[in-house]
Amino acid sequence: MPRRGLMILRLVVNGGNHEADVEPRLLLSDFLRQGLGLTGTHVGCEHGVCGACTILFDGEPARSCIMLAVQADGHAIHTIESLSPDGITLNPLQEAFRDAHGLQCGFCTPGILMTLSAFLRDNPAPSQAEVRDALSANLCRCTGYQHIVEAVTRVTRSPLR
Amino acid sequence: MSPEARYVNARVRRNEDARLLTGRARFVDDVQLPGLLHVAFVRSEHAHGRLIKVDGAAARRRPGVVAVYTFDDLGEYGRPAPVLVPPPPISGLVFHPRTHRPLASGKVRYVGEPIAMIVAESRYLAEDAVRDVIVDVDPLDAVVDLEAALTAGAARVHDDLESNAAAHVVQRKGDYAAARDRADVIVARRFTYDRGAAAALENRCVLAQWDRQAEELTIWDTTQAPIPIRNGLASRLGLSESQVRVVAPFVGGGFGPKIMMFYPEELLVPWASIRLARPIKWTEDRQENFFATTQERGQLHDAEMALTRDGRILGIRDTFLFDTGAYDPYGLTIPINTQCTLLGPYDVPNYSSEFTAVFTNKTIVTPVRGAGRQHGVFVSERLLDLAARELGIDRVEIRKRNLLGPDRFPHNHEIMFQDSAPLVYDSGDYLPALEQAAATIGYAELVRQQAQRRSGTRRVGVGIACYVEGTGIGPYEGARVTVELSGKVRVATGVGTQGQGHYTVFAQVVADVLGVSVEDVQVITGDTREFQWGTGTFASRGAAVAGSACHAAAMSVREKIVALAASVLGAEPDRLEVAGGRVSVRGAADRTISLAQLAARANPLRGAVRPGTEPGLESTAYFGPDRGSTASGVHAMIVEVDVETAMVEVKRYVVVHDCGRIINPLLVEGQIHGGVAHGLGNAFYEQLVYDEQGQLLNASFMDYLLPTATDVPPIETAHRETPSPFNPIGLKGVGEAGCIPTGAAFAQAVEDALNIEILDIPLSPDRLFRLIQQAADR
Repeated sequence: MPRRGLMILRLVVNGGNHEADVEPRLLLSDFLRQGLGLTGTHVGCEHGVCGACTILFDGEPARSCIMLAVQADGHAIHTIESLSPDGITLNPLQEAFRDAHGLQCGFCTPGILMTLSAFLRDNPAPSQAEVRDALSANLCRCTGYQHIVEAVTRVTRSPLR
Repeated sequence: MSPEARYVNARVRRNEDARLLTGRARFVDDVQLPGLLHVAFVRSEHAHGRLIKVDGAAARRRPGVVAVYTFDDLGEYGRPAPVLVPPPPISGLVFHPRTHRPLASGKVRYVGEPIAMIVAESRYLAEDAVRDVIVDVDPLDAVVDLEAALTAGAARVHDDLESNAAAHVVQRKGDYAAARDRADVIVARRFTYDRGAAAALENRCVLAQWDRQAEELTIWDTTQAPIPIRNGLASRLGLSESQVRVVAPFVGGGFGPKIMMFYPEELLVPWASIRLARPIKWTEDRQENFFATTQERGQLHDAEMALTRDGRILGIRDTFLFDTGAYDPYGLTIPINTQCTLLGPYDVPNYSSEFTAVFTNKTIVTPVRGAGRQHGVFVSERLLDLAARELGIDRVEIRKRNLLGPDRFPHNHEIMFQDSAPLVYDSGDYLPALEQAAATIGYAELVRQQAQRRSGTRRVGVGIACYVEGTGIGPYEGARVTVELSGKVRVATGVGTQGQGHYTVFAQVVADVLGVSVEDVQVITGDTREFQWGTGTFASRGAAVAGSACHAAAMSVREKIVALAASVLGAEPDRLEVAGGRVSVRGAADRTISLAQLAARANPLRGAVRPGTEPGLESTAYFGPDRGSTASGVHAMIVEVDVETAMVEVKRYVVVHDCGRIINPLLVEGQIHGGVAHGLGNAFYEQLVYDEQGQLLNASFMDYLLPTATDVPPIETAHRETPSPFNPIGLKGVGEAGCIPTGAAFAQAVEDALNIEILDIPLSPDRLFRLIQQAADR
């Protein structure tokens, strides 16, 4: 039994099982960052617009800043930390971001990578317009998006416009 | 013998990216400490009012609340923050410094001004307790409109001043009145140019930990200027500078406001940490960021340009109002930038410029990327467009006739720049850049097609605007370069970094000088324990000033390497080659020694370090330019305007720019892309909208629109390189350039498409729709 006012949360994060007693009002982003120490998920606006906190919820991109942790009970979450299991080796999309200079301050980058991971899984050969459309779910103040689009193009080997 | 350029000017991938891409990079809010307390602030809901009472008793009783502080708890610590940037020595200058206190006292002067600080066991509990604090405010009329603020009966933001004028500055060159008398044509208009939020994706965050045993205070801060923060806080807290360590780890975008020293929260969190002897963290939320983080806003210009019949500028006169918000801790940097940058790349023999800074009941204004430069560029570029139209001269042609020629440098504009040095352009070559931009965008062909472009419901326009950017100003930065025992190189510098790529560009500079791989150079910035002299990252100065210091320190280490290697290898220094992490005697492959071996010999465990030499392969150097270097460029764009919806689509965007010698073209392009996106936001999407009560109406990303990937076009960038003579590598800054002429070029392009007159930025679809309707009614 959880302590009074708390709820039991059981979920799978990056393939590992976790169980915790949490306040019902605890945000999923705070649970991931503070509860599990997965600080790669960033919080930029806390109202679901900027997309920095994007995680995969049962494989689909979702804003962890406008979800309660308890809503994730019984579900599978993937965060930025799952893209590179050893934390050092970059996957092809991450490598392409580095090659194309697709990040500057890097604060929005984890959310963008999560959005694009799901997008490219579902649409492995997108057009430039489709890439920009998918990317419009996330705000970036540094890059002007151009090098991010180029990074995706490097991975998908679509022709540059 | 001299260093070989292998990395400088190459498209080198960034050293810092792996950490950022895997989520390992540490930002301030990622720091977790045992026993950490959390903070929420009670902020003013009124733009202007008498603060009658603040009662935190109920909040103090709430379980989980550790402390509640109001102004009365602060004692001497509650005194106003310092003025950061004293105004330059301009004759007749009037400046009334009025800076904020850590917590409001007597009056509240803007919505969001902190009134009470709550410290609790969690952020959730701290926010709960915000509602427990009783704040009694007697509202006063809010000062919002700039012109109304200066009228006789206006409410006053600061009761002890006679009016809301915060400053008055006049700068003159030549004799404008005489030039006006000689002129064939005068164009005069009123212009408004509004800026907006910096909107770094990372909000501000401060975490402080007081170690009672060591009597040391560690502060993690999302600041662009860790060293001045350390020095100022140590002094204010009565600690030695060696007792205070400020760390700005990875910072999620700066764009100016993260160098506002000292924010109330930056003063209070360390103070409370010492008082409570517990680590304390405050993380700003996005709504707070809109109210409590400094911003830039509007200027109102009454400007005129006097010209000859053939389009030569005889002079410019400009009178403007500048909104400084409720306090003016950052001095006059922004309006002086406006005043200076208005002169652009042009030969302006006579200039008369006067501004009044105005206190209003709005968030404090401090520089945001561009820092007033775009306001000035907008005014002069618009005046040139209007003059071109009136004189029947092509827009590009009138610019060509007025550009400073390559033989005019250094060019002294005879007025004072924000760095307290005369406004002198170091070098430039403006005409080829303009011609290249016009050719790339197909300007001549577009002009020929003007009639077709202006027909139908989707009308096409072309805009082309020039700018200069004063960059790389002093006072100085420093760097320490060390060859470690592993043979790898460590570089420490004092500037903060917020995504510019300093970890890589400084490594490139040092790697070339020391002949090592760029991956083997580890750069440390933003930690006062590592390097404790410096000012910060602002005014597009990181690469030019700190980069030059890295170069100087590396050159000095290279001398030590060569001297030691010469003695070890028994060869003349001029026969030595420093490359591949080794020193070798040219033409004798077996006479070679690695930097690692040399580092060990330079720091022996036995024997003696000879008099007059120092142990180790390490040097510290500083670079302080007398004045900044002036970057320049031209932006051209093609827009398509739907006359029925007033939506504008940018079809092409061309940037031809010159930031002197380029360390890394890939990163420079990144700076430009981001700047253009910010500039397009400023031109069409972003505006901080205040109502007549001083309430900000769009304080969320739902209502304040940052451009997305579908709003920003691909940007075609061409680099030109006119080296600066003011630093050894020939660098000029580029951080702000992308957003400086964007509004001017956008206005011109839309004007060209619709054949209407545009005097205000930002436009928005509804503002543009009204302009289209008005034109149709005429």
